[in-house]
Amino acid sequence: MKATVTISLLLFICGSLLIISATKGPGPFKPTYLEFKIPDGWPKPPTNIFAKNRLTEEGFQLGRKLFYDGKLSKDGNFPCASCHQQFAAFANFEHDFSHGFNNSFTQRNAPPLLNLAWMTEFQWDGGVNHIEVQPLSPMTASNEMAESIDSILIKLRKDTAYVRMFKAAFGTTEINSQRMLKALAQFTGSIVSADSKYDKVKRGERTFTNSELNGYNTFKEKCASCHKEPLFTDNSFRNNGLPLNTTLNDYGRMKITHDKNDSLKFKVPTLRNISITYPYMHDGRFFTIGQVIDHYRTGVQINQPNLDSSLKKRLPMTNTEKSNLIYFLFTLTDSALIHNPRFAER
Amino acid sequence: MGTVKIVFRNTVSGIPLILDSAKYKNIFGESFTVTKFRYYISNVSLQNKSDKQPEKESYHLADARDSTSLSFSYPVAEGKYHDLFFLLGVDSIRNCSGAQTGALDPMNDMFWTWNSGYVMAKLEGAADTSKAMHRMEYHIGGYKAADNVVQKITLHAATPISISEGKETIITIETDINKWWQTIDKIRIAENPVCTTPGALAKRIAANYSNMFAIQSISNK
Repeated sequence: MKATVTISLLLFICGSLLIISATKGPGPFKPTYLEFKIPDGWPKPPTNIFAKNRLTEEGFQLGRKLFYDGKLSKDGNFPCASCHQQFAAFANFEHDFSHGFNNSFTQRNAPPLLNLAWMTEFQWDGGVNHIEVQPLSPMTASNEMAESIDSILIKLRKDTAYVRMFKAAFGTTEINSQRMLKALAQFTGSIVSADSKYDKVKRGERTFTNSELNGYNTFKEKCASCHKEPLFTDNSFRNNGLPLNTTLNDYGRMKITHDKNDSLKFKVPTLRNISITYPYMHDGRFFTIGQVIDHYRTGVQINQPNLDSSLKKRLPMTNTEKSNLIYFLFTLTDSALIHNPRFAER
Repeated sequence: MGTVKIVFRNTVSGIPLILDSAKYKNIFGESFTVTKFRYYISNVSLQNKSDKQPEKESYHLADARDSTSLSFSYPVAEGKYHDLFFLLGVDSIRNCSGAQTGALDPMNDMFWTWNSGYVMAKLEGAADTSKAMHRMEYHIGGYKAADNVVQKITLHAATPISISEGKETIITIETDINKWWQTIDKIRIAENPVCTTPGALAKRIAANYSNMFAIQSISNK
């Protein structure tokens, strides 16, 4: 109704101008809208993270630039990508703890950033409730990027490339925290890993070897209830019977909920790209997949009061089952993702 | 349409708040100074039995250090209203809807990055009885059901708030910091000088401070 009135008024006032505005729309802001594709056979994400942050090529490109930019850290050395490396499926290659500002260590292992559009709670303890506010935590933590949001924005505003890119993504040159965080979410939320050998087998393009197939059967029997296909996580929080690391005294989700039933519970991580995201567990205590499987075979502390019920008898497995399971887990590596130039630093 | 202007006047038991230098006493006789005092006011509405006049996009951060933050106004339809309603804090939806701007910008240092959610109110200062390096530091937050500290505040006007066409009506609200330690639950600074996580203590303090507002005056311009 209102639009019609405006258009008629415009037509009345300046007939020729209307033709331009009718074809180009109101104002010069014309971003390239992108569609977020859900891989065939995958569940719909629990919430649409792009509903109030419409995915555009310009927003994505701005997000990518921010992700790789040291300006987001206090001394310029710690972009998001310093702990989330593409060649490690956006985890931190070979680091149990990551390095942060002033020669410090993080307190937990950096998780891979992939399929975040299906995640509603972030961090190992689920303390962060939305993909857009997740970066605030590493940006401001004194042992990570150690910078204030205020200082980051001051640096970005001085950079003409950012002024141009914020305008392209959001219509005006204003650079604020909301826009920065939304752009970052467009980039990280777009990272989807769905092109591993496993996915190709599921699509009928390739076949498993006998070892991989046997491993897949062991996986379905012993692992899949928590590491649920196709995301290879159910995004729940569970106590998997690890002994407490008495140096860190990290009780996981209990810190967020204050509920003793959540003691030593951590998020079930995805197994996608597991061959390149070692070391494993919230504190990176295991360096090999074999050590992880051995933990489930023989190491689970079955006396912990809130141990996950699926682990009460541990996960008995023969050596053959173990090696086949490892063969299967190797099929979850998505080499297309880790080489995709779209997600790479420019 | 008329306009309502809402003004907050921060005090300690009626004595105007002066940051940093002035010393105050709570009901336990504990003396303290205040260096920071901030609170979120959201979902403001003037209402009577049959009508509600809510403010659009109603989020305000009152900061004792910034006098311009202590008042705001919005258009209201002509009429007589009995109650001023608002939330002391930020509603749960905005606590989990991603990156916000304006009063809710995380740059305002009122957002927890490790356990997402807004700090609904902050009170910081020094207190002789505090065993935490003589500091007191209350960051009161939590929006999930078990930890929810958001307070629904309804201030009833003894004489109706009258809004007239083209005129501004000013409601001055007195805020009393001393209510943080009393009214529902007695909380001594000596015993609890610090509260910076959601949970039981935050809920007790929030229950107390839900009583810190009173309409001081209503005037027409």
